[in-house]
Amino acid sequence: MSLNGGWEDNPSLKKRFLLLSLAVVLIFLLLVLRLWYLQIIGADRYRELSEKNRIRYIPVAAPRGPIYDRHGEILVDNRPSFTISVLRQEVEDKDALLTRLAGILGADPEELEKNWQSGSRFPRYRPFPLAEDVSRESLEVIQENSVNLPGVLTEVRPLRSYPHGELGAHLFGYLGEITQKELQNKQFSSGYRPGDFVGKRGLEKLLEKYLRGVEGERLLEVDVKGQELRILKTQEPQPGNKVFLTIDRKLQAATESAFGEEAGAAVVIRVKTGEVLALASRPAFDPALFARGISGKEWIDLLQNPRHPLQDKTIQGQYPPGSTFKMVTALAALKAGVAYPSTTVDCGGALSHGNRRFRCWKRGGHGRVDLKRALKESCDVWFYKVSLDLGIDRIAAMARALGLGIPLGFPLEGEKTGLIPDRQWKQQRQGTRWYDGETVIASIGQGYVLTTPLQLAVMTAGIANDGIVPRPQVISRIEDLTGNILEEMHPEILNDAQLNPSDLQVVKRGMEAVVNEPGGTAYKSRLNEIRIAGKTGTSQVVKLKDDHAPKREIAYRFRDHALFVGYAPAQDPEIAVSVLLEHGGSGGSNAAPVAQKIFAAYFDVPIPVHAPPSPPAPAPSPLPTEDLPPTPSDAVNGLPLQGMNPPPAGPPAPAPNLPPAPPVTPEQSLPPEAGGIVPEAEGD
Amino acid sequence: MFDRRLLTHFDWVLLLTVLTVAGIGILNLYSATSIWTGAGPPIYLKQIYWLGIGLTIALGVSSVDYRHLEYCGFFLYGLTLCLLVAVLLVGKTSMGATRWLDLGIFNLQPSEIMKIVIIITLARYFSQKGNLRGYSLRQLLVPFALLGVPSVMIMKQPDLGTAMMVIFIGVTMSLFAGLRRSTLAMLAILGSSAAAGGWFLLRPYQKQRILTFLNPEHDPLGAGYHIIQSKIAVGSGGFWGSGFMQGTQSQLSFLPERHTDFAFSVFAEEWGFTGSLILLGLYLFLIIWGIYIARRASDMFGMMLALGVTAMIFWHIVVNLGMVIGLLPVVGVPLPLFSYGGTSMVTTMIGTGLLLNISMRRFMF
Repeated sequence: MSLNGGWEDNPSLKKRFLLLSLAVVLIFLLLVLRLWYLQIIGADRYRELSEKNRIRYIPVAAPRGPIYDRHGEILVDNRPSFTISVLRQEVEDKDALLTRLAGILGADPEELEKNWQSGSRFPRYRPFPLAEDVSRESLEVIQENSVNLPGVLTEVRPLRSYPHGELGAHLFGYLGEITQKELQNKQFSSGYRPGDFVGKRGLEKLLEKYLRGVEGERLLEVDVKGQELRILKTQEPQPGNKVFLTIDRKLQAATESAFGEEAGAAVVIRVKTGEVLALASRPAFDPALFARGISGKEWIDLLQNPRHPLQDKTIQGQYPPGSTFKMVTALAALKAGVAYPSTTVDCGGALSHGNRRFRCWKRGGHGRVDLKRALKESCDVWFYKVSLDLGIDRIAAMARALGLGIPLGFPLEGEKTGLIPDRQWKQQRQGTRWYDGETVIASIGQGYVLTTPLQLAVMTAGIANDGIVPRPQVISRIEDLTGNILEEMHPEILNDAQLNPSDLQVVKRGMEAVVNEPGGTAYKSRLNEIRIAGKTGTSQVVKLKDDHAPKREIAYRFRDHALFVGYAPAQDPEIAVSVLLEHGGSGGSNAAPVAQKIFAAYFDVPIPVHAPPSPPAPAPSPLPTEDLPPTPSDAVNGLPLQGMNPPPAGPPAPAPNLPPAPPVTPEQSLPPEAGGIVPEAEGD
Repeated sequence: MFDRRLLTHFDWVLLLTVLTVAGIGILNLYSATSIWTGAGPPIYLKQIYWLGIGLTIALGVSSVDYRHLEYCGFFLYGLTLCLLVAVLLVGKTSMGATRWLDLGIFNLQPSEIMKIVIIITLARYFSQKGNLRGYSLRQLLVPFALLGVPSVMIMKQPDLGTAMMVIFIGVTMSLFAGLRRSTLAMLAILGSSAAAGGWFLLRPYQKQRILTFLNPEHDPLGAGYHIIQSKIAVGSGGFWGSGFMQGTQSQLSFLPERHTDFAFSVFAEEWGFTGSLILLGLYLFLIIWGIYIARRASDMFGMMLALGVTAMIFWHIVVNLGMVIGLLPVVGVPLPLFSYGGTSMVTTMIGTGLLLNISMRRFMF
């Protein structure tokens, strides 16, 4: 007590108690005043409101943010759609109402009943849609008959629209109704309710928080007949933010159409900045199907399509890169000093190592080849031979330095990392040691090696950019409505591969020769005005174990993948391109022409008509090992299927140093009879 | 040990007032939930159980001399802070907010305990660091830190209503403890400029987002609707009210949360201005009585404690009524003794127990 002695007689304390009591009384008076205002002055008005009229609460959906290309051209937009909604609080006879509506809309009453049931989870005062995206005619009939349809509202809602159809479908992704599980998620904890549409894939999902906007609301007073008397409160919705991509709409369109009916993927990126100009995955789907809710049948059709239209093959498809991998092997060998530009190998059509023969795609062999010619004509034996001295680990290090087999940090969900094998990986994964034979086939991008088309484009950009590998990016900037920039992309370097300029020069010359010199595997796909540098690849999907019975056709899923990577202009590179045709034949005959169309579109130059006889098209007979079946390119080209005649000269069973079945990309569902992947053969 | 004087000094006035308000509240809940589709025993019956539990707790709290609390004040504070940390780490999430600790038998809400504990802690601080010339800004650093840490943690759950209550209680106690004129002026300028600046600099949708974030269980977009329905209910009551169980707004279930946060609008519709005035009068009497208990307390700790509890009840009443009659934004704060809910009942009854405790020991030194 001593501490507080005499405290209670303190005059200032008395004053404080008095002040406090006064403040309390005053605040209570304020409450009473407000009650008086509501209950005495406002009584009549509020009684009328409670008895005669009704208050309608109408949420106003916010238009989702639009998506633009790099030049501000619109890619994804919103369009107004007419929705018939219902307010449960104003409906007296549900069944009569639904029957009448079904008549007007020409809809199935059961469908309406189903929508009604799913809307019962909303509060009574919240309108929910019974029929979406109805015709203007139906809308007008309903508006004329509104007196007979109590509780029915017509609303104009923004619906996602895609002015360019399927263009960029995988990149944009799609919307879907929010699930119960998502609602539990912290991300959706505020501002989301059952029935809302949210981004489910692609940029729509990634940028959900920027694109969504904020719902508005209107409070209306209506009479018993549902006629509007006055607006009590309006809060305008806040549209979502604008997203600008690095994509070039025209180039994207050209890239997609370059595929024709083929399945596959192509990526175009700017060599110096990593900006992705086009990102195409074929076949695509129509994102508009999802905007208003996809039907069960449409969904099943998409899922069961053997060419996987829903998969974004640019980042989720993992394929053996085939001969497009040869630059990696060459650069690794030069860097390690294992080979020199002048290193020549005598290609007799195959390399024997141990008890196995690894065949070059050209049965007769290339004769004496140096590095440049090995790239130009895609001689496998040069790389086989060099790889034995080089070893897998140095190849793998170079591949990773160039962006293969590692995550690129691309923002889109589901980016696959591919696979670059090395000794440690094999020991950990399979518990067995690495065999030389596996190095040999890895050196030409077969065996365990898997890459995504995006990674191949990044690798090519890295080579074109003298070893400085850019990080691929696709979102240029995000702006709010007033033009304030919320997010902006800055070019980033993924890695500096630290390549020796003279090594680079040799490889680049080889790549130029591929397209521009007679005998190059992509010589037919050159452009007159722009010098392209590139490399073709034909990668084998699967080895047919049972190839005794000749087939006229090889099943689609067993056909080779055709690849091409390249950059242009060769002297001062601007863009890098990767093209993959899934089960599409050979790199030179099938993939390079697609890339040619893309380059032509970018530089706005015509595609030349080359005289047919100019370069003798190398006969594609890809038979690297003896037990290899013929490739589809033969069948595709209508040539006689050489090598179809059994028995194969090689060992009947897989040789001891033949790799066990390597990992398989998800879309390649291998039948049990399929054996392991065997070295590829260059198709041309 | 037991002192007969305790019985003779027992504060029947306080207990009777509390029971009267709670009784009216239960009657009101009976009407508000007469059309009730929920499972289990009726709401009003559950509220009676809670009142019984609350009463037991209040008598328990009043039987142990409050001066013991002075010694374990900081210990309680530390313990509750740990519980708040536990909530942030392993709390149970519901409706987008993480506020509860699942104890198996029941869910504990540490932020509610913090309301009482912050009162004890600050009462101890201000009574020991007695300073009748008023506190300077620097001397306030410690109590503000004591207040700030749990408030931020509660805000993070997020639970705007409770965090606001904790801050209001603390600020009221600090103001009463006495500030220098210069300190007061400084705080007033700082506070109002920060609030005004913040509010005017924010765009409407940003404000909306903040409110949405801090207050997730209230559908912010439906909030306008709730308020207008509540105003219609209160206003249509008129002078005499529509009569018990006769409120059309509340009976037709236009009113959301009519048994919890919006319980008063049901009452105001059915009992009109007269009924509201009587209820407000009872609440005012309760608050003034609480101040009276503080004035008569036998020591400074008791005085600050009584003031803190009274401030807690006062701010709950004002913020809830302000929301229901459309003076304040929708923040989930229950009306003490009136809204349905065990948590609110228990907290209020602990407070009542403390007031009884202080009141009956006013002559003991």
